[in-house]
Amino acid sequence: MSGRGPFGRLDWISVILYALLVFIGWLNIYSTSVGDADTSIFDFSTLYGKQLFFMGVAFLGIIFVLFVESNFFERFSSIFYVVSIILLLGLFVFGKTIAGATSWYDLGFFNLQPSELAKVTTSLALAKFLSDIQTDIRTGKHQIYALIIILLPAILILPQPDPGSSLIYFSLFFVLFREGFPIYYLGILIFAVVLFATTLMFGTVWVSIGLIILTLLVYTFKKASVKIPLLPVLGVIVVSILFSLSVNFVFENVFEQRHRDRFALWLSLEKDEDKLDEIRKTIGYNTYQSEKAIESGGFTGKGFLEGTRTKGDFVPEQHTDYIFSSVGEEWGFLGTATVILLFSLFFLRLIYIAERQKSDFSRMYGYGVISILVFHYFINIGMVIGLLPTIGVPLPFFSYGGSGLIFFTMLLFIFLKLDSNRLKDGI
Amino acid sequence: MKKLLLSSVIVLIGFTFIGRLSYLQLFRFSPDQILDDPAIKKVYDYPERGYIYDRDGKLLVGNQPAYDVMVIPREVKPLDTLEFCGLLGIEKGEFLSKMEKARVYSPRLPSVLVPQLSKEDYAKLQEKMRHYNGFYIQKRSLRYYNTKSAANVLGYISEVNEWDLKNNPYYVAGELKGRTGIEQQYEEILRGQKGVKHIQKDRFNRDIGPYKEGKLDTLPQQGKEIHITLDKTLQEYGEKLMHGKRGGIVAIEPKSGEILAMISGPTYDPALLVGRERSKNYSKLHYDTISKPTWDRSILAQPSPGSPFKTLNALIGLQEGVINEDTKIRCYHGFYVGNTLRGCHCGGGVRDLNSGIYQSCNAYFAGVFRKIFDKYNTTDKGMDVWEKHMKSFGLGGYLGTDLPTGAPGRIPDVAYYDKWYGDGRWAASTIISNSIGQGEIAATPLQLANMTAAIANRGYFYTPHIIKSIGNNGKIDPKYTEPNYTTIDRKHFDPVIEGMANVYNYGTARWVKIPGIDIAGKTGTVENYIRIDGERMQLTDHSVFVAFAPVENPQIALAVYIENGYYGSRYAGHIASLLIEKYIKGEITRTDLEKRMLEKTLEHEYAKPYSGEPFKINEYVW
Repeated sequence: MSGRGPFGRLDWISVILYALLVFIGWLNIYSTSVGDADTSIFDFSTLYGKQLFFMGVAFLGIIFVLFVESNFFERFSSIFYVVSIILLLGLFVFGKTIAGATSWYDLGFFNLQPSELAKVTTSLALAKFLSDIQTDIRTGKHQIYALIIILLPAILILPQPDPGSSLIYFSLFFVLFREGFPIYYLGILIFAVVLFATTLMFGTVWVSIGLIILTLLVYTFKKASVKIPLLPVLGVIVVSILFSLSVNFVFENVFEQRHRDRFALWLSLEKDEDKLDEIRKTIGYNTYQSEKAIESGGFTGKGFLEGTRTKGDFVPEQHTDYIFSSVGEEWGFLGTATVILLFSLFFLRLIYIAERQKSDFSRMYGYGVISILVFHYFINIGMVIGLLPTIGVPLPFFSYGGSGLIFFTMLLFIFLKLDSNRLKDGI
Repeated sequence: MKKLLLSSVIVLIGFTFIGRLSYLQLFRFSPDQILDDPAIKKVYDYPERGYIYDRDGKLLVGNQPAYDVMVIPREVKPLDTLEFCGLLGIEKGEFLSKMEKARVYSPRLPSVLVPQLSKEDYAKLQEKMRHYNGFYIQKRSLRYYNTKSAANVLGYISEVNEWDLKNNPYYVAGELKGRTGIEQQYEEILRGQKGVKHIQKDRFNRDIGPYKEGKLDTLPQQGKEIHITLDKTLQEYGEKLMHGKRGGIVAIEPKSGEILAMISGPTYDPALLVGRERSKNYSKLHYDTISKPTWDRSILAQPSPGSPFKTLNALIGLQEGVINEDTKIRCYHGFYVGNTLRGCHCGGGVRDLNSGIYQSCNAYFAGVFRKIFDKYNTTDKGMDVWEKHMKSFGLGGYLGTDLPTGAPGRIPDVAYYDKWYGDGRWAASTIISNSIGQGEIAATPLQLANMTAAIANRGYFYTPHIIKSIGNNGKIDPKYTEPNYTTIDRKHFDPVIEGMANVYNYGTARWVKIPGIDIAGKTGTVENYIRIDGERMQLTDHSVFVAFAPVENPQIALAVYIENGYYGSRYAGHIASLLIEKYIKGEITRTDLEKRMLEKTLEHEYAKPYSGEPFKINEYVW
C-alpha cells in the first residue's frame, strides 16, 4: 500500500494540473515584465523573480499542509475563522493602503492580505458548521447562520474598498446549494440579473411587453393537461415590472457615474461613437486595450515574448488582473483555449474528488474551494475578454502576487490533504 | 440536480469563454493588424526627391538642406532663455509659447520648435547645441530652384492634407507631396519610396527597441531624376518678355509634341513657396484674385482664339472641296448677315485664299464658312462635319497632356446651339462669328499652339507633353510618341501655309519679320467683355498670335495670347517673333524691339476697369 507518508494518496492529476497552471502563469508574468537587459530569472528585483520566490514559499506551504494531521484543519476551523475576522477588523486600524485599497498588513518583508486568508478560513468554517450533526440547512435558522458565516467577511472587506474580493464570498452559496439549500433561490437571482440588464438595454416598456408575450406563449403552447395557476404568474409579472421600474431609478440615482459608465460599456448602451471613444480612453481603457490585445493575437498568437502590446505595457495591470490578455496576444486562440480547457478539467477533477469524499466536512470544504476558484476564474477572464464589467479579482495561480498564490495553494492543498486521508476517516 | 449544478456551470462558462474568444481572435482578427498595432512605431527614412532638368540637361529643381530645431519638453533642463533665443533668432515670448505648445502636444515626444533654419543660423547654433538638454537639430530636405521661372509648370510641394491621407495609404501626416505641376504629375517618380523601420514602443510612446530585430524593415528607394521638355533659356526669356503683361504663351516642337515653353503672366519666383515664409507667400499669391499669378493662363485661360482660327476654316473649306486656292470672294469692307453689315479691316476688294489669310479678311472667311454649310442639305449635317474637322486638331476637348490641370476649350456642336437657340432656329448665318474665331469658340493657348504645330506638320500632331525622359533609361508613355492625324489631307496645307507665310511678307505682321528666318503666322485681335459689379463692359482687345518657323522643317510652333494687348501683331506678334528668333538663332538681333517689349507693360490697361472712371479702349499708345 502506497498510502504511507504525506505524498502517498495525493491526487496527482490535480497536482499536475495545478503545476501546469502555475508554470504557464509564470511564463506570462515573465513576458509582461522582462526588460531588455538580460538578467537572471532569479533576480528578485524583477516581478518574475519575485513570483518565483512566492512559488517557493507556496511550495513550503504545501509541505506544511501535507505534514499536518488532517483533522487539524477541521478541529481548529472555528478559531481560524475568528482570527481572520479579527485580522479583517484590524485593517481598519493598522491597514496599509496600496492603490487606494486598505487591504494589507505591512510585515516588512511581505504584505499580508487577510482577505485572501479569510477565503480559506471561511470555507473551513462553513464546512465545519454545515457538517455538524445538528445543522439542518433546510431550516430557516440554520440558513441564516450559514449566511452570516459567508457574509461577515464579505461585509468587512467591502469598505476597504475591495468589492471584487467581497463578491467572491457569494460563491460559497454553491456549497449551500450542494447541501440542499433551495436551488430556486439561484433561479430568482439569475432572473433578477437578466431583468436588470435587459431593462437597461431595452427599457421597462419592452421588458414588460416581453414578459407578457412570453407568458402568453407558454400558455398557448403548453400541453392541455398541464395546469399553471394564473394568479401566481400574474403576481410574478407584476413584481417583475415593479423591479424593472426600480432598476432605472437605482441606476440613475443610487449608482455613481463611474458605475453607470461600466454598465454602459458592458451592455453596449452607449451608441454615440464620440462618447464611446471617450469611455474607451477613461473608464473603459483597460477593457478596450485588453480586448484589442487579445484580438491581435489571432489564432496562433504573436509568439512568446513577441507580444507588442504586452511589451509596450498597453494593458494596465497586465501582470496581475489582466494577465490573461497577454496569453491571448502571445499564444493566440490556441493558448487561450488551452488555458480554458486546463481550468475546466482541473475544476471538474476537483468536483469528482469532492464527490468521492466519505466525510461531509471534506466534501463541503472541497465545494468551497472549487466555488471560490471558479468564481475568480469566471469573473477575471469574463472581465478580461469583455463579457463582464470591470471587477478587480486575480486569476488563480496565474496572476502575479504573493498572498494570492500562497493562499490559493493552501486552499487547494488542504483539500487534497483531506482527500488523501479519506480512507482513514472512513474507518 | 444539486450534484450536477456546479459541473454544468463550469462547462457552460467554458463554452461561453471559448465562444467569446473565437469571436475576438478568429472572427475579429485580421492579419494586417500587425501594421496598425499602436505598440509599433514606424520610423521613416526619406530618400532625396528627384531632381528636375530641362531638355538640355540644365538643372531646374534640386534640393537644399534645412534644419528644424526640435524639442522634447520632458528632457529640457533649466537654461539661459535669452541667450538661446538669441541663437535661434526668435523673441522670448514666442519661445515660451512654442515650448508650452510642445508640452501640451506631448512632454515625451519631439515637437518642432523652430522650423527651417537658414544655413547661417544653423552654423551658429550647431556648436552650442550640446549645452541645451532636450533640444536637437533635425535635418530635412527642401526644394531648391535653379531658376526664377516656370513656377506653375514645375509646381510646388506641400504637406499632405486630410484628403491625401484618406485617399492614399502611402502618405503619413506631415509628409510632403507634389501639389501642382510636374511635382504633382510625376510625384511617385520624384519622391521614390520611403524606407520603414519598425520600433517597439511602450504605452507612453517611448522607444524600447527594434521590432522583430528589424525583419520587416525596408530601405528607402531613391527618387528618380526627370528631364522635362522645357527649354530653360526660352522659358526664362519668355517670362521676361511677359513683364507687366497678362496672358499665356505655349511653344511646342512640332516634330515631337514637346512643350518648349509654357509661360503664364504674371508669374512668381518658385522659391517663394519654400521655407519659413512659405505660407505667407502662398496666401498672398492665392488671394490675388485680380492678376491670379497661380492660375496658369497657358493651359487654363480659354479665350476666343480670333483670327488664327481662320486658317482652320480655310483647311476645312479645301478638304470639303467647297473652295480652291482661286475661289474669289468680294469684301465690301465687311459682309452682310441679313441686312446688317459686319465690319472688316482688310481694306476691301476681291480676296482669294492667300490674300484672305494674310489680310485676315473677315468677309472671305464668312463666305467660306457659308459654303461649307451650303454643301450639306441640313445645317445640322454641315455643323457635324465642321465640328469633326475642328476636333481633329485637338480643339474642344482635353488634349491629354501630362499636366495635372488643363481646360477643354470649346467647339460648339448641334446640341449646343439647339439648346441655345432651339432646334431648327439657327443656321450658318446665325453662327457666322465662328468663321473668324469669335462667337462660341474657345481655346487655350496650349490648344492654339498644338493646332499650329499640326499645320506646321502638314496634317498631324503629337500630343503635347512635358516629360522628356525619366531616370536613366528614359522611357516615357508611348501615347506621346504616336502621331494624331487630322481629317485634312496633306496637300491642302501648302496653300494655307503660303498664306500664313505671306502674313509676314505682305500682311498683318509685316512689321515683325525676322531677318533670315521664314515664319508662317497668323494674327488675331479678339474683342472681349467682362462683367465688373454686374456691369458689362468692353475692354481693349486681346492680342493673339500663332506662328511656326522655319516654314520648311519647322522647329517651333507657338501661340501667344496677351490680355488687352490690342491688335494681334502689336504685342503677341512681337513677342512671338522674339521668342522664335531666340530659340532658332540663340540671340536677338533686333535689340530696339527687344528693349521695347521688355519695358512695356499693360498695367495701365488692367487698371482701367477698376479705376471707377470712364475709359477709352483700343487706344494707340506706345
